[in-house]
Parts: sequence; C-alpha cells; structure tokens
Amino acid sequence: MLHKVELPYTRFLSPDGQLLGELPAWADDFNLLTRLYRQMVLTRLFDQKAVALQRTGRIGTYAPTLGQEAIGVAIGSVMHAEDVLVPYYRDTAVQLMRGVRMEEILLYWGGDERGSDFAEPAVAEDFPICVPIATQALHACGVASAFKIRGEHRVAVTTCGDGATSKGDFLEALNVAGAWQLPVVFVVNNNQWAISVPRRIQCGAPTLAQKAIGAGFHGEQVDGNDLLAVYDRAQAALERARHGKGPVLLECVSYRLGDHTTADDATRYRSAEEVRHAWLEEPVKRLQRFMVRQGVWDEGREQALISECQDLVQRAVDNFEAAGIQAPESILDHVYATWPDALAEQRDWLLERAARRAGGPGHE
Amino acid sequence: MSNGKFTLLEAVNLALHRAMSEDENVIVLGEDVGVNGGVFRATQGLRDSFGFKRVIDSPLAETMLGGLVIGMAAQGLKPVVEIQFMGFIYAAMEHLVSHASRMRNRTRGRITCPMVMRTPMGAGIRAPEHHSESTEALFAHIPGLRVVIPSSPARAYGLLLAAIDNPDPVVFLEPTRLYRMNPQTLVDDGKRLPLDSCFTLREGSDITLISWGASVMETLQAATALAERGVSAEVIDVASIKPLDLDTLEASVRKTGRCVIIHEAPRSCGVGAEIAASLYERALLELQAPVQRVTAPDIPPPLYRLESLYMPNVDDILLACENVLNFA
Repeated sequence: MLHKVELPYTRFLSPDGQLLGELPAWADDFNLLTRLYRQMVLTRLFDQKAVALQRTGRIGTYAPTLGQEAIGVAIGSVMHAEDVLVPYYRDTAVQLMRGVRMEEILLYWGGDERGSDFAEPAVAEDFPICVPIATQALHACGVASAFKIRGEHRVAVTTCGDGATSKGDFLEALNVAGAWQLPVVFVVNNNQWAISVPRRIQCGAPTLAQKAIGAGFHGEQVDGNDLLAVYDRAQAALERARHGKGPVLLECVSYRLGDHTTADDATRYRSAEEVRHAWLEEPVKRLQRFMVRQGVWDEGREQALISECQDLVQRAVDNFEAAGIQAPESILDHVYATWPDALAEQRDWLLERAARRAGGPGHE
Repeated sequence: MSNGKFTLLEAVNLALHRAMSEDENVIVLGEDVGVNGGVFRATQGLRDSFGFKRVIDSPLAETMLGGLVIGMAAQGLKPVVEIQFMGFIYAAMEHLVSHASRMRNRTRGRITCPMVMRTPMGAGIRAPEHHSESTEALFAHIPGLRVVIPSSPARAYGLLLAAIDNPDPVVFLEPTRLYRMNPQTLVDDGKRLPLDSCFTLREGSDITLISWGASVMETLQAATALAERGVSAEVIDVASIKPLDLDTLEASVRKTGRCVIIHEAPRSCGVGAEIAASLYERALLELQAPVQRVTAPDIPPPLYRLESLYMPNVDDILLACENVLNFA
C-alpha cells in the first residue's frame, strides 16, 4: 500500500500580489525587499539581453532564466559569502546574486572559458555551471563533506531542474547527504518542463520534494513564483543545514516561461494557452504588485530602476565585447597544472597550426 | 613489515599511511575501506591511525564516489578513493570524463581536482565475473587525466605517493595478480617516483619489450629466456600510460630496431596501438621488423576456467619475439 506523504507547501503572495495570511517578520524590511526586487528586474533585463545577443549572433546558445528570477534571487541572497554554490545551467539569477559578473556569464555562453573564472572573491569557490544533468548534486555533497570534515559552519547549495531528479546522480546525492547528514541544500527548480517532457511523465511521485523522505531528511515545496516564500523557506533550509541539522530538499514550483535554450522551440510541444496562463503567475510582477500595494513602490521608481539596470546591462555587454579572444595556447594551458613534457610535441604542433592558420611565422 | 620486505599490496598500504601522515588533507574513502580495511586490505590500519573523519566507509554507490571526490578536491582536500574492482568503475566515469578531468580547464585554473581514484585491475586471480577487467585505454583517452599502473612494490609505493601529490586527477590501477607476489625490500622514505616516465627494467640491444601492469612479470621472464638464447632484450615498464613517455620508447627502439608490445587488455584500440603508431611515426626507418603486439583478443575476460587463454604468457611473448627477430 502506498504511504501518503504530506509535505509543507509555502506561499505568501497570490499571483496578483495580495498577502495571503501573515507576513513573515523579516519581510517588514522594505529595504531588503527593494534590493531583492531590483535584483529580479536586473536579472530579467540581463536575460532578455542575452537572448537578444544570441539572436543576433553575438553569443552562442543560451539557457534563459525567464520565470526563475524569484528562486535564484532568493537562494542567492540567503546564502552567506562563505557558502558554496554548485549550480546547473539555468542559474543566471543565483549567479548574479552571488556576485558573478554579467560579462562573465556572457563570456561563458559566448564561447570563452574565462567566463567561469569568476573575478569576485565572494564567488571564488563557487562551481561553474554544470551542463551534464544532476552530476553537480554529487559535487555539492563533496563540498559539504569537506565542510563537515573540517568542522566548518558552511553550506553547499546545489540547484537542478525537475528532469534532473530522475537521474541516478541526484538520487545517489540525496542518499549520501542523508546517510552523512551533510550541510547541503538541494534546490529543485520544478519549472514543469525538461525540454519537451512535462513534469507529469517525468516522475510518478506526487511531489519531487518527497524524494528527500526516502533519503532520511526534510523536503518541502514552495511557490517558486513567490519571492517571499522562497526566501523564507530557503533561509530556514540553510540555517538548518548550517547548524548540523542535516540537508534539506526545497522544491520550488515554477514555470519555464522561455524555451529550454535559444536552440529550442517550445511551441512544438506546449500550448500558447498554457504559457499565457503561466505568465499570470510570474514572479517579478507579483512582487511588484505587492510592493505597490504596500505603498513602497510606484511607477516613477520602476522607470528609474529599469533605466539603471539597462545601463548596467549595457556596460556588461560592452565589457564582454571588449574582452577579445584568448591566445591559442590558452586551450592547453589549463588542461594540466603544467603541460606534461610527455606531450610537448603536441603543444608544438598546436602552436604551429595556430600560427599557420593566422598566416603567422609558421605559415611558410 | 619487520624484515622490510613488502608485497605490492603492502606497498600501497604503506604509501597511504605515509601520505596521510604527511598531509592532513589526504582523505581515504570508498566501500569497505574503513573498518574492514578494503576487500584486498589495501587500506588496512588507516582507520585506526587516522580516524573515521579521514578514512570513510561510503554508501555502495560508485557514481556517488566519482562525484563526491570532485567536490572534496575542489575544497582543497586530496581524496584517495577506492573503487572495489575496475569492473565497477564505469558508474563513476561520467565524473572522471566530464568533470574531474576538465574542471581546471573549464575554470582557467580557478577550481582544480587533485584526487586519486585507485582500483584493482586485471585477470588471473580466479575471480567472479566483472572482477578481471583491463580497460585502462578508456581512461588513457581522456585529456586532463593521468593513468598510472605500477608493476612492482617499489613502483607502487613511489608512484602512489607521486599520484597523491599531483595537482591533477590520477587513475591509479593496481594489478591484482601482482598484489601478493614477490615481496621486495622497500624503504619507507617517502621518495616519489616520476609520473609520465617509463621505467627501463632491463637494458638490452637486440629487441625492445614494452609492457605495463601484471604482464610486466611475464615480459621479464621472457627476457630471461631470451638471454639464455643469446638475445639481449630491453624491458620497459610504461607505468604511466597517460601521458605517455614516448621519448624513452622511441630511444629504445632506435637502439634495438625491434619491438614487441605486451598488454593484458584487448587488442583493438588498446594502448599498444597508440604506442605502435607513435613508433612508426617517429622511427619507421629504424625499425628492422613490424612492431608486434601480444594482447588479449577482443573478447570480454572469460570466466576463470579459461581466463589463462585470455592473458599473454611467456610462450606467447617468446613466439612474437621470434617473429620479430627473424623478420627478413
């Protein structure tokens, strides 16, 4: 007989920004709310710009974060600087909140490894985005193991989509996190679509959060379009993990408003009606409506904010485009700590190839 | 340990003790490595000496182990993870191929993976199915990895210490057939042996015999038999099959003009093919005869009643040498 698992589901704001029940105490801090809202707007404008840059051939394939702004901003803001983010590829929002620079994200998707060499000290230990599905969940467990071995009160936070929860890596990560009670928080961005496969045929369990129960730790759901809810529950999850009370799986229920990537066309597999409905729930407008209702936001501030963010995005684009291309030898400089003598011959012919193609000294 | 003679297995254990006492960042983990000391006892005594935080019995999940050590290494630990048998390493391969081997490159050196994945390899111990693999070529193909295979207690000790020191991920393959054979005198002096270098075990002038892993034993025996027939064979243990020290191999073949490559792994796309191709590229006109390979056929390791047919023996090597020596 199937055991029914009842897990919490948290939502503070209705889609039109009405407060449902009592506001958590921390949300009285309107400076904080404004800062988080600003970051959501910045993320959305940056994301739109990144898609536009792809459409005009200035960067390669990009995975839009449209609709995931509340999740990313909330997670990024409750993490401490000394925590470590182990992200997947739809994590522009978290990365920006953590301190990864916009031009670095553009460099990465623009085909340049320097985009994963983060300049800000606060993100020096954060992982680059992970493309193979769910593998990052295990890397986060390794990071958390190191924290635990050294007795540090730090948390590893890893993110993934709903599709990733089907993978063995994810389940093995939950298992070891539970077995060792690791200081790790698994954030599942359940945006309903793994490319063309909908949530309902991805997994037979009614929630993804309940996978934590089988691994022996706490899981819960939260409305991923409600910044207040994600912030509140993510903060609780991180504090729990930080204080040695074990891992948490936080399933953020949201919707992927964009295509899987710029190489995808979601109209092939989902209806315009479904997407139109999902837009009614989206996170940026929801928080904005709430702030307007609270009397702390208005059209004037909105316009000023948009203009400020657009300037920041444009400056990042300029920096990205001014970055130039790496030298040919850069493609072997970091394969090993030092290029092995045993492979010296390969270095020689690569550099000869580069010079020949550039019409340089090796051309004759 | 009293007489100072150690088997290859004991040398591995000795090196692990040494590495853990030299550097508190060295962590040993894997299935059954703690209380039980490993199924072959390679990690015996470590738990008592260094405690449960540094000698960790893991859940039974190789994919997990492959991923976990990447996170640990990125945090500055030096994990030495044991996979119980090479036949079970494939579950961890995605992490080796897609992450450990390229984390440094992906981040321009910001995040690195100084880790060692140890696993017993090879046939010849009458083991069950999936316990006799020699699939080193799969790993040798991967840029960013190092693949090291010791064939004596001294090389196991010195190469394992060097592998643990190395700032990049190393796959360290230990031939089970040699684990408990021929104890040798060994001084626990912490001396490292060079990675990326072949070891010339016997100098000779008539023919070069190239091998690694357990087959080095039969190769040395063949060289002794050749010497009795008046043929001077040079024997080289490749030891690091990635990156490959082709200079040493080339120099030897330029000297002898004849070469036989012996490995236990299946022939097609084996490391022997890489070596032969490189020798033709570098020294075609110095070769007096085509390079010959003595290998397993392209079949899975048979169950143990017929496994000896799978493995090259001394006669097979001598036959190949005869062909090469008699080539017109």
